[in-house]
Formats: sequence, structure tokens, C-alpha cells
Amino acid sequence: MPAAPDPNAGSRPGPPAIISTRGLSKTYPGGIRAVIGLDMVVRAGEIYGLLGPNGAGKSTTIGMLTTRVMPTGGQAEVGGVDVIARPAVAKQVIGVVPQTNTLDRAMTVRDNLVFHGRYFGMSGREAKQAAAEMLERVRLADRATMPVLALSGGMAQRLMVARAILHRPQVLFLDEPTAGLDPQSRLALWDILEELHADGQTILLTTHHMDEADQLCDRVAIMDHGRLLALDTPTALKRSTGAASIVRVTADGDLHRLAGALRAEVDGVEDAQVLDGQLRLRASRTTGLLPRIVSASERAGVVVSDLSIAEPTLETVFIDLTGRDLRE
Amino acid sequence: MTTTVTPTSPAPGHELARIRSPLTAYRQAFAALLQRDLHVLLKSLPLFIVRTIMQPLLLMFVFTYVFPKIGQGIGGRDPGEQVRFTGVLVAGVVGLAIVFQGIQAVALPLVQEFGYSKEIEDRVLAPLPTKMVGVQKIVTGMVQGLVAAALVFPIAAVVPATAVHLRIDWPVLLTLAPLAGWTAASLGLVLGTRVAPHNVSYLFALVVLPLTFLGAIYYPWTTLGPVRWLKIAVLINPLVYMTEGFRAALVAGVPHMALGWIYVALLGFSVAFTLLGTDGFARRVVT
Ligand SMILES: Nc1ncnc2c1ncn2[C@@H]1O[C@H](COP(=O)(O)OP(=O)(O)OP(=O)(O)O)[C@@H](O)[C@H]1O
Ligand SMILES: [Mg+2]
Repeated sequence: MPAAPDPNAGSRPGPPAIISTRGLSKTYPGGIRAVIGLDMVVRAGEIYGLLGPNGAGKSTTIGMLTTRVMPTGGQAEVGGVDVIARPAVAKQVIGVVPQTNTLDRAMTVRDNLVFHGRYFGMSGREAKQAAAEMLERVRLADRATMPVLALSGGMAQRLMVARAILHRPQVLFLDEPTAGLDPQSRLALWDILEELHADGQTILLTTHHMDEADQLCDRVAIMDHGRLLALDTPTALKRSTGAASIVRVTADGDLHRLAGALRAEVDGVEDAQVLDGQLRLRASRTTGLLPRIVSASERAGVVVSDLSIAEPTLETVFIDLTGRDLRE
Repeated sequence: MTTTVTPTSPAPGHELARIRSPLTAYRQAFAALLQRDLHVLLKSLPLFIVRTIMQPLLLMFVFTYVFPKIGQGIGGRDPGEQVRFTGVLVAGVVGLAIVFQGIQAVALPLVQEFGYSKEIEDRVLAPLPTKMVGVQKIVTGMVQGLVAAALVFPIAAVVPATAVHLRIDWPVLLTLAPLAGWTAASLGLVLGTRVAPHNVSYLFALVVLPLTFLGAIYYPWTTLGPVRWLKIAVLINPLVYMTEGFRAALVAGVPHMALGWIYVALLGFSVAFTLLGTDGFARRVVT
């Protein structure tokens, strides 16, 4: 198991820590160790991504930082408040978009925001004004008087973001904000998060989409089985793979034998492994690579039906770290 | 208690809310949660009224209008006995209306919210201790119970074929009604936090039906002497104390359990249910 990454890796020096945890752990009743000794620092103004497959412990981490899951070990501070000792106060400084739709179905789109503002101590007038501004911001002003059940998935998600930031929290938490959204709604949500980021909002989000983490986040922590495996800026993480490109080969025939052949014969192929019925090659150079792979395959008596080459992604990083795919 | 914490300085251009004194935050959040429930109730007021008056209306109609008209004797054949029975029933129905609000206004919505809708999530994240969100549910249920109880009186004034003689003991009524509302709403919280959605039918079969049929609605508890084991067994039913109490508060000439016991029992049930219920609530929302 690799050592846990330095919690400050890839971070710009300067901005104060808004979230900090030490040894934060959760063992659920029944003995499932969902999060193990998490040391984490999120600084003001950054978008910090937790990237990991199903069951990695992402929601549990967010749950502990947002007072919904009681840690079984360690410490956590959010916005200067000890989340474990003073959860009711910590709720003042956090905004949360959970993994499921939790809009209040008994109320309209606007009233969901207005009452949320009231829960956080706004006067009726303040809450109405904040709600109106927020509806503009997430492009739902024309739906203000609709029941929330009439919203599409993407709109509901945007409304949940609006609700979560209405009381101007120190940190916005989003648990898999774009899961289940169509590509267009996903882009719309990304735009909104980018705008918030530009305004200086600190954001912690979880995702199991590598492109989401890559596009959106200043820093990405890769999480698996309750631990952080790596942490850095997306660029630095991808660079850390040391590969110039990743080639995927789809072929009929013995992939393991082909792997051996390509490793031995093709200059620049550093590693080859079979993953999900495909052959995945790490290459240290790109020029002239594909023709040489095709001819080497022919010599090995294997018919290549598809070949693709790409730069390393965060998925590459994950596979390098765990030997597994992100989606499984 | 320190009341303010200096928030970490925000990035330029982004102004964050400052941390407010916890007590102010709790109070404001609690009030806003109550307002939310009131808002939702007022939006569906006609539905609430229909749902609330149907049971008392039908009970009063069948027992105090139809039965006397067709000569079916309940509470005796002579008119004096019938008038007395109507009084007994009015008190019983007031208790029943309150208990039903505990189920309808507190338990059933919670079963739904915990089970699949998860709507309560945003209220749980309001800046107050989680248990206070449970307490707030009790207050809402209590208010709805009192409204439901009040709606029984116009029905009792109009429906019965016989005369209705109520002799209202105001001090008792005005203390007993809120206490009964508290008992019923906190019982609702206990049930709502412990029953899974697929077990709602059991909730009715195993809790609501025995509670109501054996709640001394149609007969004073004091008359159960001939079935002594039952007279003792139903003492675990909080509704018995409510209906007995409302008899003390509303009708003259009908024997009832000593008022002291009624208050002690209802207070005891309320405190126990509130502790159990808020604890169950916290367990449901914080893993
Ligand atoms: N309430 C619970 N009780 C018991 N075990 C739980 C509970 N919630 C989560 N777990 C377990 O803890 C582990 C981590 O779950 P968690 O939901 O934090 O993962 P995740 O990274 O959010 O996954 P996903 O991408 O599926 O949302 C899993 O093994 C899960 O089964
Ligand atoms: Mg999750």
C-alpha cells in the first residue's frame, strides 16, 4: 500500500485551510471500515475533488464533514468549527448538495430557497431577495412558482446548488453532483460551479468521473477503500504516470500472448496489461508507435480490430495505483 | 459559552456569512421550521380539514344520529341515557382526534421522509441540534392535534339527534388539551422514527387499532369493572387517560378516573415518548 500523500501536495501556499482533518475515520456498525485515518486539508477558494470508485468512502467523508455521519476516530474542522464537538454550529458554515434529490416537495421552487434562508436566520425580505438572485444565477427564474416535482434532473440539481449556497457557507459540499445527468445538464452545472469558483467559493466535491475531476478541480485526491492514494493538481497527477501515451488494443486472440510479444518487440512500449478484455499499453513515446504495434500483432498471429491512443488521464493514475478500472 | 467565532477570512470578492450566536441560530431555525410546517399546512388546508373531520363526523353521525333514530340503544334506551352517551362519546372523539393527528401529522410523514423521499435532509442541516428538529415535529403535531380537537365541537353541536349537554371545566380543558396533544405528537415521533415504510400496515393493525378500540372512547373507563383484567390492561394505553380527562373536562355526571392520575400519566407518557422519539430521530439522521 502506498503511503498516504502529503495533505498539502499541489496546494498553492497562502490561502488559509477551510477544511482540515486528522486521522478521520469511520467504521460502520458491522465492522465496515469506510474511511481510514484521513488527513486532509482544503484551502480557501479551491475546488478540491475526491475521485474514487463506488464504495471508496467518498460519501462517508462528506457525511462526516457535514455532521451527518458520526466519525469513530480522528478530528475534523470546517471553517474554524470543530465538526464533531459542535455540529449544530458547524451547520452554519456548510452548504450541502447530497447524492440524492432532497428538495422539499411540499413547496415551490422559490419557497424551497426562501425557507432555507429562513432556517439560516434571514428575515422574510432578505430570504426572498436572496432567493430571487439565486434563481437568476442558476437560470431557474422562470420556474420560480413551479412545484419542485416538475423540474428535470438537471434543474433539480441546480436548485439544490442554489439552496446550498444561499446562506453563503464557507464550504460548498457536492456529492457526485453530475451523476445521472445528461451531458448538457452536466455542462450547465459545471458552468455554475466554475462561476462560484471564480467568486472565491471553496468547494469540495466527489465524483467517479475522471474528466469531471480533471476539468473542474484545482486539486484531486484519489480515494480507494477508505484511504487517499494520491493527491495533486490534475496535471501533476497525470505527469506522475511517466507515460507519454496510453494505447488500447482490441483484438481477437490470446491477449496475454500479444502483451508479451508487444512488450518484447515494440520499442517504446513499457508495459502491457489485459484489462476489461482489452490490451492496455503504456508507451514512453508516440511517433510511429501504432504502425509498429499493428505489424507486431500480425507477426504474432493476432488480428487487431481496434486501436486507440490517448494521453494519460486520471484514470491512468488510478489504474497505476490500484491495477483496477475506475468504473467497476 | 463563546458566542462568536471569527470566520476564516474569505477570498476577495466573496463575502461569507458570519457565525451567529448558537442560541440565536437555534431559536431562529426552530421558528422557521415551524413556519415551514404551517405554510405547508395552510397550502393544503381544505385537504387537512376533510382528513381531520371525517372520522369524528362519521362516528358522531352513526352513534348519535342514526342509532337513536332507528331505536338502536347505545348507552341505554331512555333519552336521558342517550344524552349521557353523547357526552361520553364527544369526550372520546376529542381524544381520538388528537391521537390521530399524532399519527397523521407526525408519524406517517416521517416514515415517508426517512423511507424514500429524504426531504427532511435540508431541515436536518438547519443550524440547530438534530434533536431539536424532532422536538419541532412534536410542536407541529401538537398544534394540529389541538386544531383537530377544536373541530370536534362544531360537529357535536350539529350532528347528534339528541340534546348534547356539555359542562366545560375550562381550567381542566385548557391544561389537558395541550398535554394530550404533546402525548399524541411525541408518540407519533416514536412511531415515525421506528417504523419502516413497508411496515405501515402493521403500524395500523398493531398500534393504531388497539389504541383506538381500547381507548375508552365509547365507554368510560370506570365502567369496565366487570372485565377487571381489561380495566387494568388498558392502563398502558395513553388514549385512556386522554378520553377520561376530556370526560372530566366536558361532561357532568359521568364518573371518571381521578384527575391527578390523568395528569401524572399523560405527563409521564409525554416525557418518555419525547426522550425516546428525539433519540430515535437523531439515530435515524446521523449514522
Ligand atoms: N449506513 C451505512 N452502514 C453500513 N455501511 C455503510 C453505510 N454507508 C456506507 N457504508 C459502506 O461504507 C463503504 C463506503 O461507502 P460510501 O457510501 O462512503 O462510498 P462512496 O465512495 O460514496 O460510493 P458511491 O460512489 O457508491 O457513492 C461502502 O463499503 C459502504 O457499503
Ligand atoms: Mg457516495
